[in-house]
Amino acid sequence: MNFASPTPKDTKGKRVGLFVTCLVDLFRPTVGFAAVKLLEDAGFELEVPRDQTCCGQPAYNSGDKDDAKALAKQVIKAFEGYDYIVAPSGSCTGMIRKHYPSLLADEPEWADRAVAVAGKTYELVSFLVDIAGIEKVSSHFTGTVTYHDSCSGLRELGIKDQPRKLLASVPGVDLKEMKDSDVCCGFGGTFSVKYPDISNAIVSKKTKTITDAGAGTLLAGDMGCLMNMAGKLKRDGSAIQVRHIAEVLADMADGPAIGEKSGR
Amino acid sequence: MEITSPDFKKNASEALADTTLQRALKNVELGFIGKRQDAVDALPEFEALRDLGRDIKTHCLKHLDVYLDEYEKKVTASGGHVHWAETAQDACEIVRDICRSVGARTMTKGKSMISEEMQLNAFLEKDGMEVTETDLGEYIIQLRGEHPSHIIAPAVHVTKEQVEADFRRAHTQLDPNRNLDDPVSLLGEARAVLREKYFAADVGITGANFLVAESGSSVIVTNEGNGDLTQTLSRVHIVLASIEKVIPTLNDLDVFLRLLARSATGQEQSVYTTISTGPRRAEDPDGPEQYHVVLLDNGRSEMLGTDFEEMLRCIRCGACINHCPVYHAVGGHSYGWVYPGPMGSVLTPSLIGVDKAGHLPNASTLCGRCESVCPMRIPLPKMLRHWREREYERHLNPTPQRWGLKGWAYFARRPRLYHQTMRFGMRLMKYLAPQTALMRRLPAAGGWTKHREFPAPEGKTFQQLWAERQASNGQTKGDAA
Ligand code: SF4
Repeated sequence: MNFASPTPKDTKGKRVGLFVTCLVDLFRPTVGFAAVKLLEDAGFELEVPRDQTCCGQPAYNSGDKDDAKALAKQVIKAFEGYDYIVAPSGSCTGMIRKHYPSLLADEPEWADRAVAVAGKTYELVSFLVDIAGIEKVSSHFTGTVTYHDSCSGLRELGIKDQPRKLLASVPGVDLKEMKDSDVCCGFGGTFSVKYPDISNAIVSKKTKTITDAGAGTLLAGDMGCLMNMAGKLKRDGSAIQVRHIAEVLADMADGPAIGEKSGR
Repeated sequence: MEITSPDFKKNASEALADTTLQRALKNVELGFIGKRQDAVDALPEFEALRDLGRDIKTHCLKHLDVYLDEYEKKVTASGGHVHWAETAQDACEIVRDICRSVGARTMTKGKSMISEEMQLNAFLEKDGMEVTETDLGEYIIQLRGEHPSHIIAPAVHVTKEQVEADFRRAHTQLDPNRNLDDPVSLLGEARAVLREKYFAADVGITGANFLVAESGSSVIVTNEGNGDLTQTLSRVHIVLASIEKVIPTLNDLDVFLRLLARSATGQEQSVYTTISTGPRRAEDPDGPEQYHVVLLDNGRSEMLGTDFEEMLRCIRCGACINHCPVYHAVGGHSYGWVYPGPMGSVLTPSLIGVDKAGHLPNASTLCGRCESVCPMRIPLPKMLRHWREREYERHLNPTPQRWGLKGWAYFARRPRLYHQTMRFGMRLMKYLAPQTALMRRLPAAGGWTKHREFPAPEGKTFQQLWAERQASNGQTKGDAA
C-alpha cells in the first residue's frame, strides 16, 4: 500500500460535507464543532448533511451485509455531491474509503458511486495536512500530551505524521510519545462488549503505556478508542485527561475532557 | 485432540487468570516483534519480496493440480513414494501402514503442525509405537501431555521453571542433584536424551515447510538441527505435508526462505535449511532407505475458489500471531484447536467448521496489525469478516446480539427518526450521570461497564446544536430534513 501524501490542492471554494460520525454526534459534539472550525479556518465551504447517521461499520463488522449496504448507500446519497467528505475519525473514513467499494462492487447502480465517494473521503487531520496543505493551526494549549495511533487510521489510511505535525505547530504542546502507540487499545467496536475480559486485558496494557508516558492529556483521532481508554483510565482513578485531537488543534480544549463533568 | 474452540470464552477467562501463563506470554511480545522489525529494516527489498511471494503462491494455488502432479512425478522419479490423504484419518492410516510394513516400533518426529491436525502421536501410540518429538519445544509439550500453543514456538506458554520440573520428573535415570536452573543446562540435557532416540529410531517423521515441484524435494527449516537427525538417521523418512505447500521451483524457494526467517524470528536465515530429494542413493554417505511423502488435504481443496483461498498462501511464519493483541492476552490454547491467533481464526473454521469455531473470527478487534506484518499479504481481517458474514447468514451468532444490531440498524436507516430518538436518548443518559459524566452501569452494555466507566454524552447531539446554530445564522444549508 502506498500512503504517499497527495500534493496539496487549491482548496478555494471547494465544498466539504462533514461526516460527523455517530459517536461524535451523540457523545461529543465538541469534536464536531472543532472539525467545523478547522475546516472553515482552512477556507472550505462546509455543510452538514442532515441525512447522515452512521457509516455502517458496526453492521459490516458483525457480518450484517444488508444493513451495511443500506447505510453505505445512505451515506453515498447524502454526500456524493460534495467535493470532499471529511470525518473526524480514521475508522469511519476507513470504512468509506476502503470498504464501501468492495461492499457495493456487485451492485451495478452503486459500484461506481461508491468508488467515487471513497476517492474523496478523508479523515480530518490528514485532510488538513495532505489536501489542504495546512502546516500549522492557530491554537494554544499548555501541557504535556501523548498520542495514540488508532488502528484504522494508521493501518488503513497511513495516518501517523500528520497529527504529530499539526500538534507540533501548537504553542505550548509538549508531546511525550507512549511506547507502542500503534498497538490496539482493545476497543474493536462490539468486541469490547462481546469479549469484555479480553478487551479489558488489552486496554489495561494500553493505559499502562499511557500512564508511563507521563503526559497530562491523552489524544487520539477516534471517539471509539477515546471512550474506551477514557473509561478505563477513569475506572482506575487516573487524572489523565482524554480528548479528541481536533479539540486541541481547534483551540477548543477548555471544556470538560471526555468522561468529565460537562457544563453543556 | 479435543476441540475446545466452542469454549473460547471460558478458555480465555482461565488464561487471563493464569499468572504463570501471563508471565510466559510476555516473551511473545518481547521476543519476536523487535527482532522482526530490525530484520525487515535491514532488507531494503523486503516489501518487494512480499509482493513476489504473494504472487508466486497465488499463481501456484491457481494451478495447484498441475504443480502437485509434477511434484509427484519428480518424487517418484527420485525413488520416493507419494501418498494422497483426503482426511486426517486417512493420513494416520497411511503412516501406520508404512511403519507396520517395515516393522517399526520406535520413531522420532520433527515439528509438524499437520501431525497435530492428524493427532498422529495418539494414533500411533494406540498401535503400540513409541514416538519421540525432537524439536525442543515439542519435546517439552510431549512430556507435559499438552499441545503446541504457537505454530513456531510450541512451548512459548511454558516457563523455564516448569521445564525444569518436567525434566526432573521425566528423566529419572539422571542424577537428581544435577544443576538445571539455566536454559543452557536444560538444552544440554534434552540434547543428550534425544541423541539416543535418534539412533534407536526405525522411522523418522518430519513436516515440510515447502515442497518443490521441479525437483520433487521437501524442505524443512529448523534452528536446532533436529529435523536433519530425525530424517537421516532412521531407515525410513516420512514427510507430512499439506497440499498447499508446493511451490514451483528452487529459485522460488529462495524468496520464501528469506521471507520466512525474517518474519518468524527476525533471523536472516534459519540455522538449518534442509532440502531432501528421495531416499539415499548409492553414492550418498547417508540417508534413509525409504522416502515417503503423505500429502494431506483435510479440507483445503474446498477452500480453493472461495473467499478463503488466500489463506492457503500462509507459510506458517507466526508473525500474525506474534503481533496479535488478543493472542498476547489469552495465549494459544484458548483458541481450542491446532492453529491460534489470526491465522488460526481464519483457518480453523475452514477446517473444523464455523459452527464449532465461530468465536474465533469474532474474538478480534480487527486492528489489522496481523495483515500489516504478514509476509504473504494475506488480508486476515477481511477474512475474519467473511466468517462473520457466514455466521450471520446462518444465524449462528447469539440472538440478543442479532436483535441489538437489527434494532440499531432500524433507526440508523431512518435519519429523521434516528435524530429525534437519539436527541431524547442522549438527554436521558446525561440525566442519569449528572455529577460524574460517567456511567458505572448501562443496560445491555454490562460487558463494557464491568471493567470501564462509560463516558456520558455531553448533552445535546451535534445535529441538534448544528441546527440551532444554523437557525441563529439564518441558514438552512445541508439541512434536508
Ligand atoms: S497468515 Fe501470514 S503472518 Fe500469519 S502465519 Fe501465515 S504467513 Fe505468517
